[in-house]
Amino acid sequence: MAAPMQCGVETQSSESSMSLKKALTAVSPLTLRIVAECPVTKARACELALPHCTVSTPVFMPVGTQGTLKGITVDQLESLGCQICLGNTYHLGMRPGPELIEKANGLHGFMNWKRNLLTDSGGFQMVSLVELSEVTEEGVRFKSPYDGKEILLSPEKSVSIQNSLGSDIMMQLDDVVSSTVSGPRVEEAMHRSIRWLDRCIAANKNPDKQNLFAIIQGGLNAELRRACLEEMTKRDVPGFAIGGLSGGEEKDDFWRMVTLSTDHLPREKPRYLMGVGYAVDLVVCVALGCDMFDCVFPTRTARFGSALVPWGSVQVKHKQYAKDFQPIDPDCQCPTCKRHSRAYLHALFKSDTAAMHHITIHNISYQLSLMRSVRQSIVEGRFPQFIQTFMRRMFLSRDQYPSWAVDALASVNITLE
Amino acid sequence: MHLELTRVVQGSGRLGVLRGLSRTRPHHSLETPGCLLYTHLGSVPHLTQDTLHTLKDLPSVTQVTLSDIAEHQEVLESFKEGFRKFAGLHDTVLYCSLHDPAALCPAGYTTNKTVSVWGSGGRMELTVTKFMSLQKCTQPDWYTSMADGETWQVNTTRKRVRKSVDRTLAHLDECLLLHHKLPELEEVSVFGVVEGGDIVDERLRSARETAKRPVVGFCLDGFQTGFMEPSVRAQLIAAVTEELPEDKPRLLPGVGRPDEVLACVEAGVDVFEGFFPFQVTERGCALCFRFDVTPDPESAGRAPPAVLELNKEEEVVRNGNVNRDDQTQMTPFEINLKDKRYEDDFGPLVKGCGCYSCQNHQRAYLHHLLVTNELLAGVLLMIHNTSHYLGFFKALRAALASDQLELLKRRVMEAGGRESD
Repeated sequence: MAAPMQCGVETQSSESSMSLKKALTAVSPLTLRIVAECPVTKARACELALPHCTVSTPVFMPVGTQGTLKGITVDQLESLGCQICLGNTYHLGMRPGPELIEKANGLHGFMNWKRNLLTDSGGFQMVSLVELSEVTEEGVRFKSPYDGKEILLSPEKSVSIQNSLGSDIMMQLDDVVSSTVSGPRVEEAMHRSIRWLDRCIAANKNPDKQNLFAIIQGGLNAELRRACLEEMTKRDVPGFAIGGLSGGEEKDDFWRMVTLSTDHLPREKPRYLMGVGYAVDLVVCVALGCDMFDCVFPTRTARFGSALVPWGSVQVKHKQYAKDFQPIDPDCQCPTCKRHSRAYLHALFKSDTAAMHHITIHNISYQLSLMRSVRQSIVEGRFPQFIQTFMRRMFLSRDQYPSWAVDALASVNITLE
Repeated sequence: MHLELTRVVQGSGRLGVLRGLSRTRPHHSLETPGCLLYTHLGSVPHLTQDTLHTLKDLPSVTQVTLSDIAEHQEVLESFKEGFRKFAGLHDTVLYCSLHDPAALCPAGYTTNKTVSVWGSGGRMELTVTKFMSLQKCTQPDWYTSMADGETWQVNTTRKRVRKSVDRTLAHLDECLLLHHKLPELEEVSVFGVVEGGDIVDERLRSARETAKRPVVGFCLDGFQTGFMEPSVRAQLIAAVTEELPEDKPRLLPGVGRPDEVLACVEAGVDVFEGFFPFQVTERGCALCFRFDVTPDPESAGRAPPAVLELNKEEEVVRNGNVNRDDQTQMTPFEINLKDKRYEDDFGPLVKGCGCYSCQNHQRAYLHHLLVTNELLAGVLLMIHNTSHYLGFFKALRAALASDQLELLKRRVMEAGGRESD
């Protein structure tokens, strides 16, 4: 489809979407307007209207685990164009606790963030961070690392905490199994996640203000995934997440599960691929039809001095940059690149935490600009060309393209040059 | 550079403006008494330029230290354009000191020909030649000459003090000699360092001799907080400043507590280093002392009621002045936000404060950031503490202008809650 037509679609549908929005608000506090769909791949560009502002998708959502994006003020985050970020229910539920956050007018009030928030269910951290956690039909039972008290995180409890946090998007509690596990435990977890979804839906006290997303499980087993998709899509939830991936499984399995999921998810609802944030993964999974992504990687790696660039990364702390007086990325428009050189940041890493903040700003800016460019190319009908250019820039030569990416893109009609 | 004094009252300080701070930045000026902008390698701790510039009326002079810079000499030499540009600081006057005022240097490493600084990679020994080659690649607007300030240990003998004065004068002469041979330093000004420990004769000799040299100002070294009794210090500073020319600024390193700043201003000091807000930030505290001298209780800088409900532990700090030489100790001018009482306190750090942190965040949030060890705590506290401290200096100048220094002193002291308990 040609670019001008796409624009036509955008303006035309904005009026009708207004009336659609009104009709839908009674159902859920979310509307998804598809602005453009890639005629070649499964990629789409949407406007996702949420209670605090409209989010342009595909979108990368930075993670602010404990009610703060490490070292960055909310004003800085806003000026980078971030429209939605994450908070972690497990951490915030522990400290400062749901009662206090409720008193502070929710997580928005507590951290003074005026735009959208998504909170996870807490289940993932429970299984990954806490030793001796036990999953039963009731929920996840674990010992608090702070006072040793035994706590039960049930679907109802998770939703109740998320209701206190007041996030725009809440995630159901799912039974998380490592993606490298196979066998009956995966099937059990899938079925339990469906039962827990129903309990979460019933427990949501604010369905008019807070969107509850379902999480598709089923491990790396296509049959189980399909069964989960079939059951969960029967529920009228505002959106779906693809879960249980990005946990160390083979990339070949990963992308097949992603594309299988988007094949069965309803077109008119947002699709959130959890835990994905590497640039190549983002571009490929947008092509496979995902709209939303989150990952701690860009911000965590920043604190170790790794700056993301279109050709990979610049390890600012490495000796080779001590006398490199150019910016991290000469084409980058972020506040860090506009003012500081690799050499200065290299030196500052030895003196002050501000060095970490500089790279964090740059990396968030990189992720958000990447997604803006992806979106723009979808809207202008040139996403396939975008992918070609992106891959050429990211890898030195064609033979370095990861085979899983080549295969995944081929499955959506893109043959890498 | 010249100091225009607008008001001098014997025994209660000098009010003025330092003009022509740098030949390359002729329109920059610094109101005195004032403080410099404290940095780590050119960056205000925890802050990026975005967060720093939420602050209004920043000092026009930025301080960098050789302890930060020395290990990067090779880099600066290949960069060639000076530290200011290297650090992305475009429009500031740059002052280069030997040591970092917020870090104490171990004693015993000073020799006749060398002093030592400590960087991230450990100790570096500087000769005058090395010191001047560092100035050459740093290209500051001002620097203090190399000095032997090792007179702060208990039981420092008269002989050792005399040696420090002699060495420091010799270093100054050598610095000046090399300085004039370096075309890169043609526009750069030198502050002479006055030493002399707590021996008044040596102090006077150091001041008189230094004043004979072509320096633009004086750095009164060896008076750092914890080095001597505040009353002894005030007397010595007053004696020293008597000997110094009126029209040149006096800089006092290592003193930052508001009460001590006030006493030293009265003794004749013009410029302070701005490291105190950083120390307060590092212990998870927020400055909250009052410095309003107007009767309006709503004006900025007013301590909120919570500060008056201090617990027993803080009581000791306020009344006993315990452990003066431990600079990590909390002072009466701040509140400890890690304290559980702030857990559900939804007020700003300081009521009426206009800084970014107070305008946007609550004590409960800062408490949470501190107990969870979040990096944003340092950012928000540094913004507030810097803002509060700069506000104090502004109030100090206003009080000098309107003859209200006594009132200001009372107000600052009662910030600890003494009068309001």
